[in-house]
Amino acid sequence: MFDNFPLWPARASAGAANVDALFIFLLALSAFMCLAIFAMILIFATIYRRRRGVEAEQIEGSPELEITWSIIPMGIFLAIFAWGAVIYFHERTPPRGASEVYVVAKQWMWKLEHQEGQREINELHVPVGRDVKLIMTSQDVVHSFYVPAFRIKQDVLPGRYTTAWFRATKPGVYHLFCSQYCGTMHSGMIGQVVVMEPAQYEAWLSGGGTSGSLAASGDTLFQQLGCSTCHRSDSQGRGPNLVGIFGKPVQLEDGRTLTVDENYLRTCILSPSKNVPSGFKPIMPVFQGLVSEEQITALVAYIKSLTPSPAGGQASVSLAPKPQYPKE
Amino acid sequence: MATLAVTAERENYLNKEYGIRSWLLTTDHKRIALLYLASITFFFFIGGFFALLIRLELLTPAGDLVQADTYNKLFSMHGQVMIFFFLIPSIPAVLGNFLVPLMIGAKDLAFPRINLLSWYLYIIAGVIYLHCIVTGGVDTGWTFYTPFSTAFSNTRVIEAGIAIFIAGFSSILTGLNFVVTIHRMRAPGMTWSRLPLFIWAHYATSIIQLLGTPVLAITLLLVVFERAFNLGIFDPTRGGDPLLFQHLFWFYSHPAVYIMILPAMAVESEVVACFTRKRIFGYNFVAMSSIAIAVFGFLVWAHHMFVAGISLYSALIFSILSYLVAVPSAIKVFNWTATMYKGSISFTTPMLYAFGFIGLFTMGGLTGLFLACLGIDVHVHDTYFVIAHFHYIMVGGAVMGYLGGLHFWWPKISGRMYPEGWGRLAALLVFAGFNLTFFPQFILGYMGMPRRYWQYPPEFQVLNVLSTAGSTILAVGYVLPMVYFLWSMRYGKIASDNPWGAAGLEWQTPSPPPTFNFDETPEVTWEAYNYEEIPAPAEVNVER
Amino acid sequence: MSDSPIAIEQHGPEHLHHFADAEQQRDAASLGMWLFLATEIMFFGGMFLAYLVYRSWYYNEFAAGSRSLDIYLGTINTAVLICSSLTVALGVRAAQMGNRKLLVILLLLTIVFGFAFLGIKGVEWYQKYEEHHIPGRTFNADDLVRDYPQIHIDQRPEQIYFSLYFAMTGLHALHMIIGVGIFVLLTFHAWKGRYTPKYYTPIEIGGLYWHFVDIVWIYLFPLLYLIDRKPLR
Repeated sequence: MFDNFPLWPARASAGAANVDALFIFLLALSAFMCLAIFAMILIFATIYRRRRGVEAEQIEGSPELEITWSIIPMGIFLAIFAWGAVIYFHERTPPRGASEVYVVAKQWMWKLEHQEGQREINELHVPVGRDVKLIMTSQDVVHSFYVPAFRIKQDVLPGRYTTAWFRATKPGVYHLFCSQYCGTMHSGMIGQVVVMEPAQYEAWLSGGGTSGSLAASGDTLFQQLGCSTCHRSDSQGRGPNLVGIFGKPVQLEDGRTLTVDENYLRTCILSPSKNVPSGFKPIMPVFQGLVSEEQITALVAYIKSLTPSPAGGQASVSLAPKPQYPKE
Repeated sequence: MATLAVTAERENYLNKEYGIRSWLLTTDHKRIALLYLASITFFFFIGGFFALLIRLELLTPAGDLVQADTYNKLFSMHGQVMIFFFLIPSIPAVLGNFLVPLMIGAKDLAFPRINLLSWYLYIIAGVIYLHCIVTGGVDTGWTFYTPFSTAFSNTRVIEAGIAIFIAGFSSILTGLNFVVTIHRMRAPGMTWSRLPLFIWAHYATSIIQLLGTPVLAITLLLVVFERAFNLGIFDPTRGGDPLLFQHLFWFYSHPAVYIMILPAMAVESEVVACFTRKRIFGYNFVAMSSIAIAVFGFLVWAHHMFVAGISLYSALIFSILSYLVAVPSAIKVFNWTATMYKGSISFTTPMLYAFGFIGLFTMGGLTGLFLACLGIDVHVHDTYFVIAHFHYIMVGGAVMGYLGGLHFWWPKISGRMYPEGWGRLAALLVFAGFNLTFFPQFILGYMGMPRRYWQYPPEFQVLNVLSTAGSTILAVGYVLPMVYFLWSMRYGKIASDNPWGAAGLEWQTPSPPPTFNFDETPEVTWEAYNYEEIPAPAEVNVER
Repeated sequence: MSDSPIAIEQHGPEHLHHFADAEQQRDAASLGMWLFLATEIMFFGGMFLAYLVYRSWYYNEFAAGSRSLDIYLGTINTAVLICSSLTVALGVRAAQMGNRKLLVILLLLTIVFGFAFLGIKGVEWYQKYEEHHIPGRTFNADDLVRDYPQIHIDQRPEQIYFSLYFAMTGLHALHMIIGVGIFVLLTFHAWKGRYTPKYYTPIEIGGLYWHFVDIVWIYLFPLLYLIDRKPLR
């Protein structure tokens, strides 16, 4: 029982130190506040304990004191907020060029797929020093991807993609927990993140049996499911040309402008009537129920691969073909 | 003063009528308070029993006491029972019901029959929930997150949802009664600025009960509809949004925590004033801070959802607002502490609970600052850090406030004194047991132990063992008052009208009070907490 | 405001003893009912929020579902409820004037209107049942898909529209039923002569409740029935 008795989690990501620094500051602040208040109470309780003949002094209050001890805490709180907000902003903004890992959560396991095609269950191998972005969805209920050593956590939702990212800094094996209650074996939906030296990681990559990259399998699916019939790269199809669209804004029929990201593509595949680009008719068939989560991630990876990255410029790409149908 | 003629017991609300009908059909707010006292104590022990089983299971890393499904039901029902059937009613339904009319000089609440209806709704809800427990229980967590609760759980979700729905109406009606009573039934001269801070805090609580609980009601009803009638409002396979449920749920459930803490703050003000023999420092600020907490409390709900998938900008807004709501609570703590300055302090049992309250609430509140901080929350959300935080506030704060209040007003309620020595012992046991139980959980949380885990990695065991050890001490601390309160009703020293020498209209009636509270409607010409005019009692227990 | 009168107790037969006087009792009852209506607003508000979110996400499905509702029956029901609020308001006035007979007639009329509303709603629900628009296993919106060839109706969020339709109109109907029950009670007491110009508080606060249920419908009607009634292209 006493063999392994740490009191602080391992620190294995670039962001962990920042989180720890803020935490330690808050610890110190709280300890100071507690000690100050407890000391004051102790002192008052001693000096002003009830004694015969000594009456309490009725003091109404002091507006100056009230203002002071409202403003100063408020100032400190705002500082803490700002510091935490900066960390959070950083945590929620994956850097460009991060390598991507697709995660599908289901009761009660984690299925991960690297861009190169490696599949893992409940384990994630990553090299030290590389930005890794996780693109995650759930097959059933809400789960949450939590790696304490990296100080990252992100709920994984059915029907949507959510993302998280990290850069591992220390080789080792670290806990992966599901941290959103999801049923019977919620506490068994755990695994590990294996951080390796780059050379070891390459070795691991080539050792595994892969069936080609994610994007390649997406390409195959794209043909098999008939997507290429309408989404032609010569812009003559009934659907928008998908080359070069990822990451760009797109204007929709109803006037909204969205960015073509993983969630956008996923919605187009599963609920096409929600996202009809301007100039197109809402005739795309619904693929909900016809494609698995893994197939969706493959298709998304394929479509992403059609955009040279990192794409320069944010010019709005016109997806409208030469008019073939009268506009309403 | 004690002549043979006077030893015949004076007529009061307890002895006015005997028989079960006189209790079950009473409209006397004081009797209804006791009906609630009995019922919530029953549920407290049920919720506590579940907690004990949880802590026993967590003694070892492996899941070896109960099955995983059973464990999941244990923590779900522990939460639901403790929150909906103990904490939310506790102080308002027991102490509030008993004291609000007395403190403002009224004969009863505005709607005595609705008050009784409140209790019956609570009982009906409780019976339904008990049935839910014995027919399999519910395993959705107290939070009922969808789509697990709507489409995946195989347990009695509908029944639990209906029970809590009905309990919610009990809560709404209590709040309604208090607001109308405080507005319309104050005695002549009892202006708003002369009200005890207990009343201000209960007023704020009632506003939250009125406006927040209906949202929980409709949310649970929609979950029930989805399970019972297959209406697909939260079903992601039909386009439903799990986050919509979370927003609706937390819109009530965050203000709910203020329903649980404000009444304890109410008690704190009264006890601190009495046992420092002083007006509370900064009366206006303390009164207004209750209202501020009620208002701002409605603006922060999504701080439970920072990693749920809300937008970055939402998260920023809710984080800043969460810091705003911390300020009024801090103001209260500073004011109570300042009240002790140049006071005349005695260390009775209620005052011991009051000291404990300030300490533990301060710690719980400070850890709230950690959670409101976006960068930290990502790491500690859904871990034992959160569990420790809210138990510091709800148990270290609310329950200690409740126990302190029970002890303080026990002479008024029962006409008897509890045994002071045992009272102090129990207070110290609760304080010590509580800290040992929950402080290790802060560490567990930062280390990364998620909540709702039936089994856990071995490196978390030492701290879990400490926590379980603490919980046994805490349990003893809770059982003791039950025993000696019951004992005191028969054998306790008879209490005078005002054994503490406390300010407040409730102490100007006999202990226990007559059914209609005051023989004559009081006319108030003095400010609240007029301790300069009230002589301190020579000793604690004064015989009639 | 009767915050703190030293009142000579005027005991009407309905004066409850814990109140100082009849005015305090009346004020308390009125404040109580307004507060209760505030809770009802929050209660329905949760559903309106869900409606708001999903309508913005699935506008086409909501529009299609909306058009499948019978606008004639809906409009008639709206008129019925507005008339019933009129009879309620006139009833309060009759009570104020001490006109017992008129009061009873108006209360009975209100109940009749209430039943009419519920009956028509029942017919509408039955229509939905026949059209297979009840969410769940039997749901089938092929008819809507057919009627709207120019947009692709996704049948799954279409179920959300109808789920909200049934939840909202169902809870509204439940409140109507409770309202009718309250008014039956009021009618009985009115017939017994319990209400006088000095004491008609139950009529007033019962009326408040009825008006509230009416107003909820005034919101439900355009939100559910009138999303998009432009002629089909």
